[in-house]
Amino acid sequence: MPAKWQRFSVPAIVALALAIPAVVPNAYQMGVITRICLYALLALGLNIVVGFAGLLDLGYVAFFGIGSYVYAFLASPHFGLHWPFLLALSASVVTTAIFGVLIGAPTLRLRGDYLAIVTLGFGEITYILLINLDRPINITGGPSGIVSIDPPSFLGITLRDNWQYYYLILALMGAAVALSRRLRDSRIGWAWQAIREDELAAQVMGINTVAAKLQAFAIGASFAGAGGALLASWQRSVFPDNFLFTESVNILAMVILGGVGSIPGVILGAALIVALPEIFRDFALYRLLAFGLLLMILMIFRPEGLLSFKGPPEEADPLEQVTAERQ
Amino acid sequence: MTFADILAILPQQLVFGITLGTAYGLIAIGYTMVYGVLFMINFAHGDVFMIGAYVGWALLGMLFASHVVPMHPMIVLPLLLVGAMVMTGAIGLLLERLAYRPLYQRGATRLGPLISAVGASIFLQNAVMLIAGAREKVYMTYSVFPRTWRFAVAGINVSVLVIVIASIALLMMLGLHWLVQRTWLGRSIRAVAEDREMAAVMGIDVWRVVALTFCIGSALGGAAGVLIGFYYTQINFYMGYAAGLKAFTAAVLGGIGNVRGAMLGGLILGIVESLAVTFINPAFKDVIAFVVLILVLMFRPGGILGEALPDWKRV
Repeated sequence: MPAKWQRFSVPAIVALALAIPAVVPNAYQMGVITRICLYALLALGLNIVVGFAGLLDLGYVAFFGIGSYVYAFLASPHFGLHWPFLLALSASVVTTAIFGVLIGAPTLRLRGDYLAIVTLGFGEITYILLINLDRPINITGGPSGIVSIDPPSFLGITLRDNWQYYYLILALMGAAVALSRRLRDSRIGWAWQAIREDELAAQVMGINTVAAKLQAFAIGASFAGAGGALLASWQRSVFPDNFLFTESVNILAMVILGGVGSIPGVILGAALIVALPEIFRDFALYRLLAFGLLLMILMIFRPEGLLSFKGPPEEADPLEQVTAERQ
Repeated sequence: MTFADILAILPQQLVFGITLGTAYGLIAIGYTMVYGVLFMINFAHGDVFMIGAYVGWALLGMLFASHVVPMHPMIVLPLLLVGAMVMTGAIGLLLERLAYRPLYQRGATRLGPLISAVGASIFLQNAVMLIAGAREKVYMTYSVFPRTWRFAVAGINVSVLVIVIASIALLMMLGLHWLVQRTWLGRSIRAVAEDREMAAVMGIDVWRVVALTFCIGSALGGAAGVLIGFYYTQINFYMGYAAGLKAFTAAVLGGIGNVRGAMLGGLILGIVESLAVTFINPAFKDVIAFVVLILVLMFRPGGILGEALPDWKRV
């Protein structure tokens, strides 16, 4: 994109996003667009772990689930608690960040692909616990989940309409975008990228790789915590089946499809993965078949994703320059 | 549950655990061999196992309906095993050729093949669901192994089926061990696992060896599919997911890249799982494997028998 357009692109996109409820004709389409924003928030969180730090997490949905259930515990008749929205949301975010550290700490010393399988295991354990922790003491409500969760309300306004949820989720997604950008260009962001490119070299350069990875895990998880609280308050109910392994794969696919590490790419990925099945509703049966095929084809022909992340412009390697000059 | 109760149930559960464990070991070999030569987790291997179970189910149904051969295990079982192994072996070859090799030849990163494998896994599951339908399929186990074929040894009730499953799995593992240790092909596989480039320099057709490794591993997984089908009598298109994860756990538990480790890991996992189902809570059956995996990786990341990987791959 030419530089002179870049100045206008951000306000233009923001204006477009704000205008959406005015132009979208029906509630169903509004719902789909809101879901895109919610999943973009999740995908941005996973992007920090997978895209920035290069750690493959196949159980990301666990954090989404934990965030949802924490919100449901704190703002529903299930335990008789009715915390204010912002407080319950913050509790979800903090709890998932803590879980991110708890899950990360024992596993982050592992090799990349072992980490993938262990995170997958944690995702599965979370799901099985959500289903089974209704006996002997009812904690999670078992397979029937938790219902009649409080809708979000602050400043005396209780959100009820789809467009209100849209603005709420859009605001959090916008915050996630801003935070992702700041993190990427910060010291810790550079540390993540260094680890992703070469862990040993990063270590030699004095980066505390374990601490940096834990931070990636915690921050990535906290995005999912916010997403989970939003899902619970929007859906007004949570069920273990919201947090199956396929959700982890879907979110990962958003990150990979758009371009690992690229923030616009991840949002594009979320839009495609959420919207395509809606458009091809009639072919619902073949959807996952095509999806699996697409993942394979994409890895072969475009392993970097649709909008791949290009790091800071590389300075020419002095050694290469010298050799080029000599030839 | 009193101590006497536990003692009374224990031997019976051990028999179940060992049977299950040999089947896990058979699947685990596919993971461990592929990891050895390509250094990747073939995430779709569990689904190859599932396809083996479906091929066995389809063949069993055909044999039963056609009345051509008597339903005796000595006739039925070899037919089913060969059918399933040919089919899954071919699928293994196809996967390697279409989903993985192009990535490596284009210089893949570590994440690429794993994601391609996740894609292959989703594809295979849904292909089977579309072809065979989403409903559970029932193995006619008792038309081949009548319910009365069981005997008691020292108070433990053992069925012929369990003995047959465990012995077939063990025989196959021993056969593979012989293949890897004693034949030209086995030597090539070990050479490729040790150092792909050096193996190529020494005149080994590396990609042919990789393809054969996939083929053998997948065929063993397919055979395990038939055995597990007979054992559980019910199969579904998503069974490969949990089974694959357990088998991978078994492979890591024994030491990845190590064929004997896969067998040992499978046995331990099978026993731990069947004990956990009895003494803790059946709902947590699938959690046990993960807990074991996480503990092993935390305290002994090389597995029990140690990884059989060259130093440069250990990272």
